[in-house]
Amino acid sequence: MSAVDTFFIPLLKIVIVLNATLVAVTYMVLLERKVIAWAQSRLGPMRVGPYGALQPVADAIKLMIKEDITPVKADKWVFTAAPIISMVPALIVYAVIPFGPEVSLFGRKVALYITDVNVGLLYIVSVASVGVYGIILAGYASNSKYPLLASLRASAQLISYEVAVTLTLVSVIIMSGTLSMVGIVRAQEHAGVWYAFIQPLAFGIFFIGGLAETNRAPFDLPEAEQELTGGFHTEYSGMRFALFFLAEYANMIVVSSVATTLFFGGWLRPFPNIAALGFLDIVPSWMWFLVKSFVFLYIFIWVRATLPRYRYDQLMRLGWKVLIPLAIANLVITGIVRVVMLGAGG
Amino acid sequence: MQAETVRGAMFDTDELVINMGPQHPSTHGVLRGVLRLDGEKVVDCDVVIGYLHRGIEKLSENRNWTQIILLTDRMDYVAAATSNVGYCETVEKLLQLEVPRRARYVRTILCELQRIASHCLWVGTHAMDIGAMTVFLYAFRERELILDLFEEFCGARLTYNSMRIGGLPQDIPPGWDKKVLEFCSIMDTKIDEYETLLTHNRIWLERTKGIGIISGEEATGLGLCGPALRGSGVARDVRKDEPYSAYDEMQFDVPVGTEGDTYDRYLVRMEEFRQSLRIIRQATEGIPEGPIVGKVPRLIKPAAGETYHAIESPKGELGYFIVSDGKSTNPYRFRVRPPSFCNLQGLRRLVRGHLVADVVALIGSIDIVLGEVDR
Repeated sequence: MSAVDTFFIPLLKIVIVLNATLVAVTYMVLLERKVIAWAQSRLGPMRVGPYGALQPVADAIKLMIKEDITPVKADKWVFTAAPIISMVPALIVYAVIPFGPEVSLFGRKVALYITDVNVGLLYIVSVASVGVYGIILAGYASNSKYPLLASLRASAQLISYEVAVTLTLVSVIIMSGTLSMVGIVRAQEHAGVWYAFIQPLAFGIFFIGGLAETNRAPFDLPEAEQELTGGFHTEYSGMRFALFFLAEYANMIVVSSVATTLFFGGWLRPFPNIAALGFLDIVPSWMWFLVKSFVFLYIFIWVRATLPRYRYDQLMRLGWKVLIPLAIANLVITGIVRVVMLGAGG
Repeated sequence: MQAETVRGAMFDTDELVINMGPQHPSTHGVLRGVLRLDGEKVVDCDVVIGYLHRGIEKLSENRNWTQIILLTDRMDYVAAATSNVGYCETVEKLLQLEVPRRARYVRTILCELQRIASHCLWVGTHAMDIGAMTVFLYAFRERELILDLFEEFCGARLTYNSMRIGGLPQDIPPGWDKKVLEFCSIMDTKIDEYETLLTHNRIWLERTKGIGIISGEEATGLGLCGPALRGSGVARDVRKDEPYSAYDEMQFDVPVGTEGDTYDRYLVRMEEFRQSLRIIRQATEGIPEGPIVGKVPRLIKPAAGETYHAIESPKGELGYFIVSDGKSTNPYRFRVRPPSFCNLQGLRRLVRGHLVADVVALIGSIDIVLGEVDR
């Protein structure tokens, strides 16, 4: 292995993925504003650039030159750390997300993922759950009442949904027999079917849990503008506020990517086992991945435009009384079926 | 209000006193609620008003009878036409003035259009408070059509000054009645659209059913009126009980709720949309020919005496109590019974024991306008 393979290419990949993510995040904001505007029979941003295409640039400039206020009574260190704690996990999760298989690029074999860890899924779950501490700490450090209520809500939400989501992931691990993200896609290729069709319930719970984990409507309780006047970021301004904002969108992309990888075959084309559909391979693998992720992102936005918000106690009830029991039942059934099939030589 | 330590809890916990308003996105203006919270549960709520007090009642005692119409616009500014009509009818009652039938019909149409506009604003903001943001823009889209109709009738879009003592300021523009009927057919389908998004939505049901239950008896005792009272099953509607304008000639039903919760108040208002359309259709199709102003004296100077007259504004019973001393050209005493103010009295009772998220739902559910509360 040359220095190019071990050092230069991974570094290049990291730079590309990070930048692509940040650009995608800013444009997610625009996309959300546009899609919601269309749902609400409005136009959305139209002034900056053609059809508002440069709006993210204008937003970024505005947020960067805004005064950065730290309340006098805030806990300064935690107040500063909170947005960073929110943003960083959302970005480093991309390290294990496979955008495609190994491809030949300029006569060199390049894998379309930064790294393939054998505990990839575990890594995602653990890193992603750190992000919520950002919200909890922000609410605590602001030393203000509304953010405090928001951070209480966030901790409750974290506990309720983390469990259900992780349990559904275990079902997927049982199916694939690996924790590696690449391995899970390979397993789906081998099985010839996307796991969403074998594990529809797990996918449903994962998606609902994903909405809750990313604090998106109808579970955007820690933010709840109409109740808590912005919730945890009430006291934040300028770029620190922007970090929270961007972290939310980065997390949306993470959840979409993970859903795509685990349940919708990652970079695989539809029906990977039907040879007659081989012509679909013209579309590059990473393209399939992006299209599938985009569909989820669109659903995220669509849900936000349609549904009212759950109440705090109802969210807890849904989590503990509906999703977790269902996830456990799904896990047990998956386990039994798997053992029976293996016993039958499957 | 002092925070008290809650005794008997597993750990001694402190109540959190939190100011909701006067700057808060969901208190519909400058309402201030001082909430005492145990966790997220509301132990008690002090409602503080007065941030929008402009002294309209006192001001009116120094204006002549016609000038006051303009002041009534500024009370319930999302239903200015109703306030205009209520005031003019009170003065007419004081003057014992006969209003031509055509004028009464147009007043009925305006009042009902205004009711729809006001309810549009209500359904939008109420849904927005609960997190359904799309309904807000849909409802405002239809409200815009009504504002266009008003603009064509009287030139203004918010504070109309659209009525005169004894009749109308001007006749309806040619073709206006056709546009009103056109609007009715558009609105019919749009109400279904709002209901698709809300009425059977699981989250909406969970957020509104069983929230702020109040019995008819208690609601009457607190002086609630309008849809907030009818949601509790009391069929009190001034339009039916003491008909004014041309309501005695109209066919319509008064929808009432059964449970008295936020959902019932929502359903009552949604049905009122449909009943208002029914009234508008009847009134527009049956508009009689004739004069638009009665025999109004050159100088309005009612004989000494007092009178109370109430109408059904979109928010409830809007009453005017006016005393004339018979000597001056302005009222001796001018007093308004604003429905929002009376409904707001119920808020403290309604929110107790519910969660913070329900407070905004309940403020939306009683449909207040602070301009009218404070006057």
